[in-house]
Amino acid sequence: MTYLKKSPWLLHYDASSCNGCDIEVLACLTPLYDVERFGIINTGNPKHADVFVVTGGVNEQNREVIRNIYEQIPEPKVVVAVGICASSGGIFRECYNISGGIDQLIPVDVYVPGCAARPESIIDGIVKSLEILEEKRIQMKERAKQKEQGSSPGGGER
Amino acid sequence: MIELPFLIIFPAIAAVLLLFIANETLRNAVVKIAALLIGAGTIYAFFTYFQSGLQLFSVPFEPASQIMFVLELFIALYILYVGIQCRRYLAVLLIIIQSALLIYVESVFVMGIHPEFNLFIDQFSLIMAMIIGIIGTLICVYALRYMQTYHAHHPEIKDRRRLFFFMFFVFLSGMFGLIFSNNLLWVFFFWEITTLCSFILIGYSQTKEATNNAFLALEMNLLGGVAFAGALLYLLYVDPSGQFLGIEQLLTSGYAIALVPAVLIGFAGITKAALMPFSSWLVGAMVAPTPVSALLHSSTMVKAGVYIIVRFAPVYTGTMEGLIIGLVGGFTFLLASAIAISQSNAKKVLAYSTIANLGLIVACAGVGTYKLVWAAILLIIFHAIAKSLLFLCVGTVEHRIGSRDIEDMSGLIVRMPKIAVMMFIGIAGMFLAPFGMLISKWAAIEAFIEAQFGLIFVAILAFGGSITVMFWSKWMGKIISVIPSGEKVEDTVKKEKWFVLYLLTALTVIVCLIFPLISSTLIEPFVMSVYGQTARLSQDNIVIMAMMIFLLMLMPFSLLLYRDGVKHVPAYMGGRPTTTDMRFQGSMGITRETELSNYYFEEYFGEKRLLMAGTALCFGLILLAGVLLTGVVL
Amino acid sequence: MISLTNAILFLLLAPIIGGLVSGIDRKLTARMQGRVGPPIFQPFYDVGKLLEKENLVVTSSQNFYILSYIVFIVVSGALFFAGGDLLLVIFAFTLAHIFLVLGAYASNSPYSFVGAERELIQIIAYEPMIILSAVGMYMVTKSFFVNEIAASELPLILYLPGVFIGFLMVFTIKLRKSPFDLSTSHHAHQELVKGVTTEFTGPNLARIEIAHWYENVFLLGFVYLFFAFNPVIAIVAIIVAYLLEILIDNTFSRVKWQLTLKSAWIVAGMMGLVNLGVLYYLAGVLI
Ligand code: SF4
Repeated sequence: MTYLKKSPWLLHYDASSCNGCDIEVLACLTPLYDVERFGIINTGNPKHADVFVVTGGVNEQNREVIRNIYEQIPEPKVVVAVGICASSGGIFRECYNISGGIDQLIPVDVYVPGCAARPESIIDGIVKSLEILEEKRIQMKERAKQKEQGSSPGGGER
Repeated sequence: MIELPFLIIFPAIAAVLLLFIANETLRNAVVKIAALLIGAGTIYAFFTYFQSGLQLFSVPFEPASQIMFVLELFIALYILYVGIQCRRYLAVLLIIIQSALLIYVESVFVMGIHPEFNLFIDQFSLIMAMIIGIIGTLICVYALRYMQTYHAHHPEIKDRRRLFFFMFFVFLSGMFGLIFSNNLLWVFFFWEITTLCSFILIGYSQTKEATNNAFLALEMNLLGGVAFAGALLYLLYVDPSGQFLGIEQLLTSGYAIALVPAVLIGFAGITKAALMPFSSWLVGAMVAPTPVSALLHSSTMVKAGVYIIVRFAPVYTGTMEGLIIGLVGGFTFLLASAIAISQSNAKKVLAYSTIANLGLIVACAGVGTYKLVWAAILLIIFHAIAKSLLFLCVGTVEHRIGSRDIEDMSGLIVRMPKIAVMMFIGIAGMFLAPFGMLISKWAAIEAFIEAQFGLIFVAILAFGGSITVMFWSKWMGKIISVIPSGEKVEDTVKKEKWFVLYLLTALTVIVCLIFPLISSTLIEPFVMSVYGQTARLSQDNIVIMAMMIFLLMLMPFSLLLYRDGVKHVPAYMGGRPTTTDMRFQGSMGITRETELSNYYFEEYFGEKRLLMAGTALCFGLILLAGVLLTGVVL
Repeated sequence: MISLTNAILFLLLAPIIGGLVSGIDRKLTARMQGRVGPPIFQPFYDVGKLLEKENLVVTSSQNFYILSYIVFIVVSGALFFAGGDLLLVIFAFTLAHIFLVLGAYASNSPYSFVGAERELIQIIAYEPMIILSAVGMYMVTKSFFVNEIAASELPLILYLPGVFIGFLMVFTIKLRKSPFDLSTSHHAHQELVKGVTTEFTGPNLARIEIAHWYENVFLLGFVYLFFAFNPVIAIVAIIVAYLLEILIDNTFSRVKWQLTLKSAWIVAGMMGLVNLGVLYYLAGVLI
């Protein structure tokens, strides 16, 4: 089924953004853009989220946090890097404390360029990510099936 | 009729025996054998009498009453001695008044008068006997190991275990006597015995606090004793031939004469059942070793108080005095439940919940319609089982983790899984749907609607009932929260304790399942014989509830479904990575610990404030009853 | 006395009705905020998605508590629609909610812990009023059985206006609507992450959501009982009551738990008890 595409719940994390992109992400929720039309909800909780939206680049303080949040999102999940900072480090790339875009740390599925990224492109990016989400779901299903057929007994990964 | 004297005298014999046994193995053996015999005796009595309804017996042994009188004087002398020694002059004063009344009664009236029937048994006595004979003895067996550990943990306390077990068994004997006596003079004797036993047991550790609390209990109970003696005096005054000294004769005499003594004895019952103005003695009593609390709270002492009030319930029906007694109970229920929210000490929570439930029982009995008496007896049964289980669980936990604070019980399900499950069942038994206490509360709501001024009680139950949900569930939540770094510490618990705990847990569940049977064989015939009509739950509801219990028992199996294939992640901590024992890097690189603590709402449900309100309210009510009573007497 | 057909109908239809109601609710809420809003079937999509997701837990026992939660919600709702004893239904619902709270406690997570405590506050805030409502219905119809109350010809609402107002008050709490959405909320706005539901993912969250639908249908059924003398008026009343809740939801901001508890109790005390007192008095006078 394709329920996933109809109800993607986001988690927005501000890594080290200048707040420009954050404002634009929030703008998506306003009546003008109203992402809830697509069933998108901005949850505040990784355990309920499907799409991890990150703004800003990785620095030493948030490195662990990004990884922790990413690990707490249940599969299938996608990561959308919003703004050039999140994509590559952007204008802060050369700073002593920035190690670059968040793909340095976790796999990123969609990059939304712009400084700041416009709400339209953010929405567009998220909609793009839904395709990938769906693919991942199918992969996950297949993996589960293989696991069932295979001799290896179940059990958590951790 | 040999069962009755056996049950009264045998525990006393065992007690005397235990007083002289210093050897531990021997003591263990004697206690266990005695417990077994008493348990067997009660079950035997149950099967002999459960169909026969009310039976009266005259005791062939003539000097029994005289012996009791002499013993009573000895008790009075002992209390006088201790009271003077410890400079507790209130106790001294009360015991002097009480003894004076008693000697007056004995010398002026009773010489030569004996009510024809001294002992009796009916279904209600049988229920009480089962509670004392089974739960009381189980607690005795548990106490063996507990006291051993207790003295190992507290080397500063003098080992007086011979006295301890002596008192325990005397207590049982006194309780049996109390519920089987038809003669009020006898009831009074046994009443005094329970007062004395509780005094000595509460003061067991001989610390300053323990002694003080023991005297507090003594004084309050003596106050009740004075009222009781007053009731005896009144009865003899009205009819010097002493025919109304028999409970049965009094209850069937038409209630005009019975009202004054019933209210006086009801007052005595209120002090013994630790209702509001007198609740502090029961809370203070928790300084005693835990088995003592378990005994006081579940099967003896406070149950004596509610027993006598339920006995006299038909007299209270529809009277102003009865309503006032009911209101004292109702307000106690409401306020004590509320206070329990603000307590984190597990034993204190249990104490306040006991007070609350006793209040509810008294509220039912005070209003005294047949449906309410039915509900009250059910409450007595369920409360006795679940409460004893809970106290013993808390006692065991306390010895293992060194604390009786609910906050320290967090993650008990990891550290002491079996105990935690039992505690869970015990707590569920106190307030959740298909279990006992809730059935009785439900029945009480239905019954109160139809009673006079019932709306007040319905409101009290609606609010009080939901308050109980609060403090029990947050306790439950504490014990079942799974802490990742817990260490298992329950392997050292001895097998006797396990035996007792398992049995009580099983009883908690089984009694819920078979309660329709208990109701139809014991409670309904009793209510029927007293009121000529009886209450019961509708068949549909019983079936549904049984289904719910089975469903509840099935649910844990669903855990098997999830045994594998589930991925575990740590709790969400705002994105911060945490170690397994929930430590995380705070700002400035400092490692911080996570600590979760329940809400206690001090400012709303604080003990001091509510206690003051309750004391004032209930004291006022009792005064009012006193004024009314004086009107009747004059 | 108990109708199995109704119970089965409830089992099958309640999630559909509950889901639809929730979908309409979201649409209307969006419109009130000047947004387009999600499709009406959005709640079904959400639940469908959650069921497809991976089940992450902090501890396995969470699964058990949530399963028990939904099972007992369904059982108690079925009992209600089958015409069972109203008080038993209420107690069974409390049992179910305790399971939800315990599930939150089990994870030992700060956010769900606070959520659990706040859920408990909500329970003690609404429960007295719900019991008083049942008592009120009993006083008018002389029965606690839902089928008998529903079959009564008497216009309950005229006897119990105060009780009904009190009930509407706690209705807001039960529906998890602002201003009383203390423990968890349906909205995007968050305060304590997601309160009780914080540590539940995928299928477990779906179960909580479905249980909530079942419960909402039960609550609507409770509203129906007040107007049971005339089904048409009853349906209209249900719709009006629900619309009112949506309006309140969108016009109030969340209050603190202190105010929730106090106001719920005061309204229960004032409206409910006074109403019942008058009935009680009248019954005494008439007899
Ligand atoms: S991309 Fe531009 S607007 Fe966005 S966070 Fe970076 S600097 Fe700010």
